[in-house]
Amino acid sequence: MASGEGTETRSIQRSARRGRMSGTAIAVVAIVVLAAVGAAAYIALRRDREIVRVDGSSTVYPITSAWAAGFNSPDRQVVVAFSGTGGGFAKFCRGETDLSDASRPIKDSEATTCAQNGVTGIMEFLVAYDGLSVVVPVGNTWAQNLTVRELCRVWTSNASADACGGAGPRVTRWNELNANWPDQEIKRFGPGTDSGTYDYFIEAVLDPFGAEITADFFASEDDNVLVQGIANEPNSLGYFGYAYVVENLDKIRPLAIDDEDPTNGAGPIPPTEPTIKDGTYAPLSRPLFVYANADSLSRPVVRDFLRFGFSASGQELIAETGYVGLTPSEIATQVAKIPT
Amino acid sequence: MEWAFAGLFGACIVVAIAVLAILLGSVVVEALPYLTPSVVLNFASHRPETAGYAAAIVGTAWVVGLTLLFSLPLGMAAAIYLEEYAPRTRLTRLLEAGVSNLAGVPSVVFGLLGLALFSRLLGLGFSILAAALTLTVLVFPYVVITTQEAIRAVPRSIREGALAVGATKWQTIRRQVLPAAGPGLLTASILAASRAMGESAPLIVLSSVIFMTFLPLDPMDPFVVLPVQIYGYIGLPQEEFRGVAAAGIVILLAMLLSFNSVAVLARNRMQRRRW
Amino acid sequence: MRTVEDIPDRARLQRMLASLEARYAWEPGEALVRVLLLLSAAFAVIVTFAIGLVLLGEALVFFGRVSPVDFFTGTVWSPDIPPLAFGVLPLVAGTVIVAGGAALIGLPLGLGAAIFLREYAPQRVREIVKPILEILAGIPTVVFGFFGLLVISPALQDWFGADYFNGMTAILVIGILIVPLVSSLSEDALSAVPADLRDGALALGATRLEATARVVVPGAFSGILASFLLAISRAVGETMVVLIVAGQNIDLELNPFHQLQTMSAFIARRASGDVAAGELAYQALFAVGVALFLMTLALNVLSDRLRARFREVYD
Repeated sequence: MASGEGTETRSIQRSARRGRMSGTAIAVVAIVVLAAVGAAAYIALRRDREIVRVDGSSTVYPITSAWAAGFNSPDRQVVVAFSGTGGGFAKFCRGETDLSDASRPIKDSEATTCAQNGVTGIMEFLVAYDGLSVVVPVGNTWAQNLTVRELCRVWTSNASADACGGAGPRVTRWNELNANWPDQEIKRFGPGTDSGTYDYFIEAVLDPFGAEITADFFASEDDNVLVQGIANEPNSLGYFGYAYVVENLDKIRPLAIDDEDPTNGAGPIPPTEPTIKDGTYAPLSRPLFVYANADSLSRPVVRDFLRFGFSASGQELIAETGYVGLTPSEIATQVAKIPT
Repeated sequence: MEWAFAGLFGACIVVAIAVLAILLGSVVVEALPYLTPSVVLNFASHRPETAGYAAAIVGTAWVVGLTLLFSLPLGMAAAIYLEEYAPRTRLTRLLEAGVSNLAGVPSVVFGLLGLALFSRLLGLGFSILAAALTLTVLVFPYVVITTQEAIRAVPRSIREGALAVGATKWQTIRRQVLPAAGPGLLTASILAASRAMGESAPLIVLSSVIFMTFLPLDPMDPFVVLPVQIYGYIGLPQEEFRGVAAAGIVILLAMLLSFNSVAVLARNRMQRRRW
Repeated sequence: MRTVEDIPDRARLQRMLASLEARYAWEPGEALVRVLLLLSAAFAVIVTFAIGLVLLGEALVFFGRVSPVDFFTGTVWSPDIPPLAFGVLPLVAGTVIVAGGAALIGLPLGLGAAIFLREYAPQRVREIVKPILEILAGIPTVVFGFFGLLVISPALQDWFGADYFNGMTAILVIGILIVPLVSSLSEDALSAVPADLRDGALALGATRLEATARVVVPGAFSGILASFLLAISRAVGETMVVLIVAGQNIDLELNPFHQLQTMSAFIARRASGDVAAGELAYQALFAVGVALFLMTLALNVLSDRLRARFREVYD
C-alpha cells in the first residue's frame, strides 16, 4: 500500500471516527448539562413546604381551587385534585387527603369506612350553594315556569295517574303539560348517573313523590356539553348548575320553579343569586360541602385555609366561580366548627 | 388502474392530514389570544387572564421523562427476549399473549392498578413516581410490540454473519441486531412518548392535581400534567377558559413535537442507510 | 418416491437435525443477561396478574350479589336507574360497534397511508409526512373528544338524523385516532421487506401495484397484523372520546346513530364519579373490567393463531 493511499485511508477513518464520536459526545454533553441544570434548579428552588391535599367532587373544585389561589404562599401550598366525590371520600377515609370536596353529604357506608380506618372526627362544612337550573333553549317561546310536580312528571318513568303527588302520569310531549304548548316530544338532557347533580335532582324532584327517574335522556358528565346539546335542540329541556346558565344566556334560558310552598316565597321563583342565597329558589339550591377530619383539623395550615375560605376574600372568590356564597349567619355557623 | 390505486393510497394520507389540519387549525385559532409568555410562566388560576401552565409543564416533563426512562429499557428488554432468546414454546406464546392483552386494557384500569399497587402497596402516594410507574405499565405493551417487529425485521443474514465470525449471542444482539433495528426502536420511543403525554383518565384516578402553585421538583411531590389541567379548564363554565385550554393543547403539542423531532431526525438518518 | 414420512426413525432424524442448528458461543454473564431479559418479558404477565387481582377481588363481591349468568347474558344495563338490571350485553355491543367501526375506518386508512409512504412517496415526503402523522398520535384524547362533539356530531345530526350523543361520532374519531398507530408500524414493517424482493418482482415485469400488493404487503404481513391488533386494542380501550361524545344507554342499542356506552367508558365514568365506593353500582365497574379482560383475551388468542400461520421468514 503506497503511503498516499494509506494517508487517505487513515484520514477517512479519522473523520469517520470523529463523526461517530461527535454524535455520542453531543449526547453525553447534553445529558450532563441537563443534569447540572436540573440539580441547580432543585437546590435553588427546593424548600420545605406544608402541603394540604384536597380531592373529591369536580363540581366543588372550582371553589377550593379559587380559595387556594388566594391562600397559597411559597411555604403553604394547597393542592386540589378532582377524582370524584366517591373517589375523594375513599381516599379521605384512608387518611390520604386532608379535605374532601363533596357535592353530596357523606354516606353512612363511607362514614363507616372512615371509622374502620381510624379516620375520626369528621366535620362537614357547608361552603356554597349551586342553584340547579332547569333550562330550555332561547328558541323556546312557550315555557316560562314549572311546578316541582310538573318537573317530576317530565322526568319520571312512572305512568300511573296519581304519580308525582297526584299531578299525573309521566309526560313525553310539551302539550301534555299545557294544551297551548307545541305538540312536540320533550328531549331531556341531564348529567349522567355518575354525577352528584343527578343524585341531587332526583332527591329534590322525584324522591318526595316516590317517583322513579326515566332512563330516556341524553346524559353527559360535562355541563358545557349539555349546554351545547340543549342549545341545538329546539324541544329540549335540561338541568345543570347556575354557573353554566349565567355564562350561556345567549343560548339557553332558565325556567322559574314553583315549589308550591307559600312559606318559601310564593309562586314560581327564577334562579338568581339572591333567590339562591336566601333559599327561596327551592328545592333546587344544592348545598356543596368540604369535609375535614380530626387529623387534618389538628394542622394549623388546614384551619387557616378554612378560615380564609369563609373570610370576606374567600367569599368574594366564590362569587367569581359562579356559585353562590353563604349568608353571614351561615358563615358564622361554619366558622364556629373550626377548632381554634 | 395503477393510478387509481396510487391515488387511493394517497387519499388515505390526505384524509388523515386533513383531519389533523382541521383539528389543529381550530385549536390554534382559539388559542391565539392566550399564547402569551404568561400562559407558560404562570401557575393555574381561576381567572382566565392569569391562568398558566407552569406547574403542568414541569409535571408533564417529569412524568413523561420518568415513564420513558422506565418503559423503554424494560419494553425493549422484553422484546429482545421474546424475539432472540425465547424458544418457540407454549410458554413464550403465553408471554406474548400477556403483552398483547395489556394493550387492550382501558387506560383507567391502569389508574386503578396504580392506585392499589404503586400508591398504596408501595406507599408512593399520589406522587410523580406513582404516576410514572403507572404510565410505564400502560405504555409497556406498545414498546414491546413495536420493538419486536423492529427486531423481527432484521434479516437472518446479519445474525448468521455475526455467528460465523464467532460472536456470542449477546454480542450479536448488541452490536448488529439492535443497531439494525434502530429506526423501529425510535418509532417505539415516539409512540410511547405520544401515548404517555396524552393520557388523562388514569392520572385523574391517581389524584393528579389540577391546581397547584409550585413547581414539582421531587419525584415524591404532587403533580399536575397538561392533559389533566386542560381537561379541568374545559369543564369550567366561563367561555374564556376554552381559549386557555386551547393554549394548553398547543403547549402540549409543542413539547411533543420537540421530543419527536429529535427521534425523527435520528430515525431518518438511520433509514437512509438501509440495505 | 420416498419422502420424509417414509424415514423409519423420524424422531431420531429430527433430533439429529435439531442438533445441527446454529449455536452461538456463550460468554460468562450471558446467562444473567438472558434471565434479566426473561424477567422483563415476564413483567407483562406479572402486571396482568396484578390487574386481575385488583379487578377480581371486588368483582367477586359483585358476583356474590348479582348472578354471573344474569350479568353475562342480560340485555339491560341499568346499575343506577330503577328497575336495576346488571346485564352487560349492551356494553359489549357498544364496545364491539365502536371498536369494530373504528377499526373499519382506521385500519384501511392507516395501511393505505403506510403503503403510499413506503411505495409511492419520495424519501423527502416520507420523512416529513410520517412525523406529522405521529403528531396525530400525541393529541390528547380529550381534544379528540371535543372535536368530535363540536364538529362531527352536529354534521351527523343534520345529515343522518343522529342524536346529539351518538356512537358514530366515536367511531369516526377513534378511527382517525388509531391511524398513526397503524401507519407508523405498518410503514416500518413494509420498509423491512428486503428491497430485492420488490426489485425482483418489478424485474419480472410486475407493475408497481402488483409488486406492492402481491409481494411487499404479504411480506410485511406479520408487522401489519401486529399494528392492526395494537390499533384494535387501542380502540377497545379508548375511554375519553366515548365518554364525551357517546352518551349513555340502558337497553341493547345496535344503531350507532343513537346513544351508546362502551365497557371502557363505563369503567372510567364509574371510577372518577360521585358514586360511593362501597356500593353495588360502583362494584359493577370491576365486573365490567373482568368482562373486558375476557374479551381482549379472546381477541388476542384469535390474532395469535393468525400470526402464527402467516409469519414469513427471509433469507
